[in-house]
Amino acid sequence: MATGLTLKELSKKEELLTHGHRMCAGCGAPIAVKMVLLATDYPVIAANATGCLEVSTCISEYTAWKIPWIHTAFENAAATISGVETMFRSLKKQGKIDGNVKFMAFGGDGGTYDIGLQSLSGAMERGHDMLYVCYDNGAYMNTGIQRSSATPMGADTTTCPAGSIIPGKPQKRKNLTKIMAAHNIPFSAQASPSHWTDLMKKVKKAHEIKGPKFLNIIAPCNRGWRSKTNDAIMLSRLAVNTCYWPLYEIEDGVTKITYTPKEKKPLVDFMKPQGRFKHLFAPENAELMKILQEQVDSDWEKLKRESECG
Amino acid sequence: MAKVVAVTGNEACANALRQVNPDVCGVYPITPQTDMMQKYASYVSNGKVDTEIILVESEHSSMSACIGAAAAGGRVVTATSSQGLALMWEMLHIASGDRLPIIMPVVNRALSAPLNIHGDHSDAMGARDTGWVQLWSENAQDAYDNTIQAFRIGEHMDIRLPVMVCLDGFIISHSIERMEYLEDEEVKGFVGEYKNFLPLLDLDKPKSYGPLILPDLFHEYKKAQHEVMLKVKDVVLKVAADFEKLSGRKYGLFESYRLDDADIALVILNSAAGTTTDIVDGFRARGIKAGLLKPRLFRPFPYDEVAEALGKVKAVCVMDRSDSFGGYGPVFMEISSALYPLQERPVLINRIYGLGGRDYLPEHGEAVLNELDEIAKGGKVEKYKEYIGVRE
Amino acid sequence: MKLKGWKDLTPGSVILEGGNAVQFKTGSWRAFRPVWKKENCIHCLFCWIYCPDMAVNVKDGKMMDFNYDYCKGCGICALECPGKKGQTAIEMVEEGK
Repeated sequence: MATGLTLKELSKKEELLTHGHRMCAGCGAPIAVKMVLLATDYPVIAANATGCLEVSTCISEYTAWKIPWIHTAFENAAATISGVETMFRSLKKQGKIDGNVKFMAFGGDGGTYDIGLQSLSGAMERGHDMLYVCYDNGAYMNTGIQRSSATPMGADTTTCPAGSIIPGKPQKRKNLTKIMAAHNIPFSAQASPSHWTDLMKKVKKAHEIKGPKFLNIIAPCNRGWRSKTNDAIMLSRLAVNTCYWPLYEIEDGVTKITYTPKEKKPLVDFMKPQGRFKHLFAPENAELMKILQEQVDSDWEKLKRESECG
Repeated sequence: MAKVVAVTGNEACANALRQVNPDVCGVYPITPQTDMMQKYASYVSNGKVDTEIILVESEHSSMSACIGAAAAGGRVVTATSSQGLALMWEMLHIASGDRLPIIMPVVNRALSAPLNIHGDHSDAMGARDTGWVQLWSENAQDAYDNTIQAFRIGEHMDIRLPVMVCLDGFIISHSIERMEYLEDEEVKGFVGEYKNFLPLLDLDKPKSYGPLILPDLFHEYKKAQHEVMLKVKDVVLKVAADFEKLSGRKYGLFESYRLDDADIALVILNSAAGTTTDIVDGFRARGIKAGLLKPRLFRPFPYDEVAEALGKVKAVCVMDRSDSFGGYGPVFMEISSALYPLQERPVLINRIYGLGGRDYLPEHGEAVLNELDEIAKGGKVEKYKEYIGVRE
Repeated sequence: MKLKGWKDLTPGSVILEGGNAVQFKTGSWRAFRPVWKKENCIHCLFCWIYCPDMAVNVKDGKMMDFNYDYCKGCGICALECPGKKGQTAIEMVEEGK
């Protein structure tokens, strides 16, 4: 295959995030990162926001990263990598360094949607040649499952616990992929590790585009989602097939759905295996369940219209 | 060949940075630093430097980007003031913990609330425990000279620490002074080529910056950081000696003015020290043995040398242009710590002056010296800490 | 391992050896182990691509075995394994049994 995107070919490549990292068993984040790096055929330097991925991959004198990597703080992975990229540009301009290096940042949804949004927005607006990858597990998992602006409505987290008065998170989640596209950057997309070809194509495409790129990857967290250790891929696939997490890209302002489920599944299929939604299946929350399905339907229809309009 | 000019402190610092020609500069506006970085941006726009500037969206991102750039491997600068430095606070610790020699002029200004854009030392004093080397500057010449020397200090292979160069907001940043510039080539030769240490851009040797360190090693890392700070003093003096050869201007860890035989003395930072030398001269003319100590290297603090300089004085007032509310002023605390180990030590009092741009007037210094004169003669200390030049 | 003293540390806590986490074996975390049934394997490599712990050994495009030094036993491979004619090629077996 011309793209080199067969598992047979990919399996011959060196994995740049090694085993020996300390992410929980069955975590979706390292799967996403490994796919991103497998799709990267250039020398790459990455920044990492504080979070699960960061503390578990670089801890106490052991690093799982075979690429130059930097963590500084929680809210500033984009600013940090923008500094690395700027130094590269400066030294290249002065003839002190050569080559084609790709710059990436990884952050969870807390470090990206919430506390890191300003830094990300700034870096995107400044036009640094970088790819920011958000692994979105829908809460602050590293600190113990607190709600973020990426937490889905109705989910039970430790700071929006499902109680007798409030049934989990009251608000709708933020659509960061579109917010990033609204920065008029050349490429903003959503991907899922279940659909690895789609994910890797997006990474490859992003690397060929000069300027700021954003990729939002759903990354199931069995601890926070209250599911099983073996279901990260299954759940991310259901997220796609229920259209809760549609796969699309916005390239130069043009929206394109990159994968349409053969059969759009009901949202409950995605929710049922997850303990964080358990309370929503109680009869008194039937109305809320209906609203959640309607939201997904309406967002999907809207995305389809945007995609058709080009 | 030195060139005599009439410039503001901001312009002097910007010119020092231009002469050094760093690889990357983080730029964000904040009064009273703004026109320093504006000036620098104009050098960039007009091809006077090789620097790539990052026009960040906040000081937090500025310091974050500077850390990324410095870790990548190259010479990095930025500048800030007040709220900007406060917003950077988290990242200041990371710059020093990662041992990245970022150079940053800090144009000292008050901190909110209430909002005030004028000069005092609250910003940099609030950052004194961030692991940065701090050099303080009386005037535009000091600020220019300190900025140039800061590169040699911070980038020294035994040190590798970030350096703040402090100068007073408006009083120095915006006032035009007569001063001397070195030639571009002299500055270039003095600071030398940037030497890399563990650069991220060395792709053949991938490194990881910023690991999570657990209790089994964290304590050791902090001890190592403290030990590096202890080496700074010697480097500052060596760099100053080289700088004197180049410029004829002498710098030390602090400046003593008529202290040798002094009975009473003031300790005062930055621009107010200039006014104070005149006051001291006035007292000397009246036969009162007054003196002055002007700290330059505030972090690391030269405790032994300060104790040696002030030990024989009978009464000393430490003048602080910032306050640690409910405690003593930050300079007082250091002087007090320096003097404590002495068997016989001066009576020490603390006066807070000039907050938020309040003028420091000769009568303020005179009143304090008169009070010290009484104390030195056996008078009682009425108050150890008090605000001066304040309305009831 | 003797713990380092403050004089032995790399300035700035920089880790100089990329990928040295391989020295930290996570296999002991495992409660269930994946067992490969070679006869049912079609070498689709889904187990390899979906493994969060890079604990599937592949050679020349063929599944070889699991790396039990690092496998945490999450079971993603077993769940995603299509097997041959409905017969799975990966089974999760409780450790110690």
